[in-house]
Amino acid sequence: MRLNGIILPHRKGTENAETVAVPCPETVKIAMSQHMGAPCLPLVKTGDKVEVGQKLGDCETYMSCPVHSSVSGTVTAVSDMLLANGKSCKAVEIACDGLQTISKEVTPPEVTDKASLVKAVRESGCCGLGGAGFPTHVKLDYDESKTKIDSLIINAAECEPYITSDYREMIENADGVINGIKKIKKLLGIESVYIGIESNKPKAIALFEEKLAGEDGYKVLRLKASYPQGAEKVIAFNATGRIITEGTLPSDHGILVMNVSTVGFINSYLETGMPLVERRLTIDGDAVKTPCNVRAPIGMKLSDILKLTDTNIEGIHKLISGGPMMGMCVYDTDTPVCKTNNAFLAFKKPVSLKGLTVESGQTNCIRCGRCIGACPVGLMPAELERAYDRGDRAALNKLKINLCMNCGSCSYVCPAKRDLAEKNQLAKGFAISK
Amino acid sequence: MDKLTVSPSPHIRDSITTSKVMLHVIIALCPALIASAVIFGGRALMLTGFCILTAMAWERLCNIIMKRPNSTGDLSAAVTGMLLAFNLPVTLPYWMAAIGTFVAIVITKQLFGGLGHNFANPAIVGRIVLMLSFPSAMSQWAVPFYDANAIVTQPTPLVSGNAEYSELFLGITGGCLGEVSACALLLGGCYLAAMKIITPHAPIAFIGTVFVFSTLAGRDGLYQILSGGVMLGAIFMATDYVTTPITSKGKVIFGIGCGIITCVIRFWCSAPEGVSYSILLMNIVTPYIDMFTRRKAVGGIYKKEAKEGKAE
Repeated sequence: MRLNGIILPHRKGTENAETVAVPCPETVKIAMSQHMGAPCLPLVKTGDKVEVGQKLGDCETYMSCPVHSSVSGTVTAVSDMLLANGKSCKAVEIACDGLQTISKEVTPPEVTDKASLVKAVRESGCCGLGGAGFPTHVKLDYDESKTKIDSLIINAAECEPYITSDYREMIENADGVINGIKKIKKLLGIESVYIGIESNKPKAIALFEEKLAGEDGYKVLRLKASYPQGAEKVIAFNATGRIITEGTLPSDHGILVMNVSTVGFINSYLETGMPLVERRLTIDGDAVKTPCNVRAPIGMKLSDILKLTDTNIEGIHKLISGGPMMGMCVYDTDTPVCKTNNAFLAFKKPVSLKGLTVESGQTNCIRCGRCIGACPVGLMPAELERAYDRGDRAALNKLKINLCMNCGSCSYVCPAKRDLAEKNQLAKGFAISK
Repeated sequence: MDKLTVSPSPHIRDSITTSKVMLHVIIALCPALIASAVIFGGRALMLTGFCILTAMAWERLCNIIMKRPNSTGDLSAAVTGMLLAFNLPVTLPYWMAAIGTFVAIVITKQLFGGLGHNFANPAIVGRIVLMLSFPSAMSQWAVPFYDANAIVTQPTPLVSGNAEYSELFLGITGGCLGEVSACALLLGGCYLAAMKIITPHAPIAFIGTVFVFSTLAGRDGLYQILSGGVMLGAIFMATDYVTTPITSKGKVIFGIGCGIITCVIRFWCSAPEGVSYSILLMNIVTPYIDMFTRRKAVGGIYKKEAKEGKAE
């Protein structure tokens, strides 16, 4: 058996662009909800002095992780902020003093076993850096008496076009990533580690193969460069041959999937104690004059970063946070960077992705079946669209709308330019509504 | 500053469009058209052009009357016109051809909701209506390289049963203007498969079934697949997106069904040719094939409803 995938143009023009640290911004705005789960409650108030790595917000809920300050300076406001998903949360605004004094709270944690690792990872504010933002400590905190994890999959597929931040992590921080993998493998007692890298990154594959040569239990996988190779279910199947069935987690099948940047960060936290306060971002798109990879503090305004790349902000038509397949549109150039960001793509008006049509007229579905051939989980988007249009909840559930991961492959391949992925998202909500 | 555009993902699309798909089909039909022009002369080109023009005109007229956006740009009407012309004898009067395209475009396609909503292949329905309405004009098979001033007709090789394989393969024989040359049609089919416009499931199942069934029935299998409309039907009509099953498994079932019905009509019915009827009949059962060949989602858990019901 083989999971379907589509071939996308890679456009990884920034793969050789070494990460540049941006200068400390004048102000930052740090959202209290940057992860999946409950938002944090602010621990600071207006006028407080804060330092780099100091905890700004925390929450007692299990499914949550704390937020730390990325700069040193003075809190100017604790305001409300509208998030991309339509919800609002508190945000701490800080005027930076430019000194970047490191907080006394920042000390390397003592980690000796699984429980202490979970605790340390929670305190680091780490969440899945691949984009979903699932709190990492929740993922690691599985019940050992019930679940036996035998495979750790390091997701370094980076299958979205343009984005190269995970690739740069592998090239620039290969030792850090490998140390992180070794620590997690040892502390959790996992037998085999699979490092899944797409074949369009031969340098990274060679580097990891060289560094792990002769070590038992590690395998570098050369994955086909097809989209969505980096989706959790897809990479889990391609690495182990196990299918993550409906309603189960990878851990139920003995699999732990972690993003390569997440592992790299966990290693640096265990060494230095500096929590998650900065992200490596790919800045690309035809509106960006000098596409690059930057290391930016969390909470920095997007417009400040774009200015550093000589981008004419007035000329931007569409600004995407993430990749062009699954990324979300940003509606305000002053949006602050958050933990789960890995790229920002800015496109001019009219949107032109070098030969890729973006907006063109829709025709009726011609039942060509391309969407069915493209869906990685074997759904039938054309049938789903029809079921949604006639308001048929039973048919949507029978066709397993709940398994759609919104990868966008169906919309991409559709010759009639139907908005299948969008319909699927609407249908998902509709199918569970009463 | 201009406001930023906000839209749902994905933000990029493949460059394929409906009209490009149709253009590929038209290109794939061209070898057969050229072969036909060589064999039957200029009137083959004229009749094909006439069918394309009238099909597009009927489509535009329907758009205007139904107050719908202009859909001639998707080129599906041009494909229908071309396929219908391929199913006509080269000597057919133009006014009859216009009736054929009317039935195909207006009745079969537009009255059911336009592209994507027709239940049967428009060109097939057009041909069948013409065949039932004008049986003598629809069975005037001019000999190859005929003289326009003194048209000599002959029975199709399917009826006469005495043509050479090489004649059938090249198309030096009587028949509908587009169906005679097996090699030109195969060339077009290979082009479509190479461009990933069609998958070979239905054509191979169709042609294979005709070959096996004919051999089992004691006929010459190779002769059966090379003569008549099998190649044209299998490559260009049994692969029509709209009226054939959507999954690979469904396409194979469709092809096998077409092959069996074609042979049954050819061998044991009064009609000499059964390709059009077989495709029409299979078009009608396509929704049921689709229903029974639905793909199961990867990792999906399906409850067995029927069995649970019986246990109670």
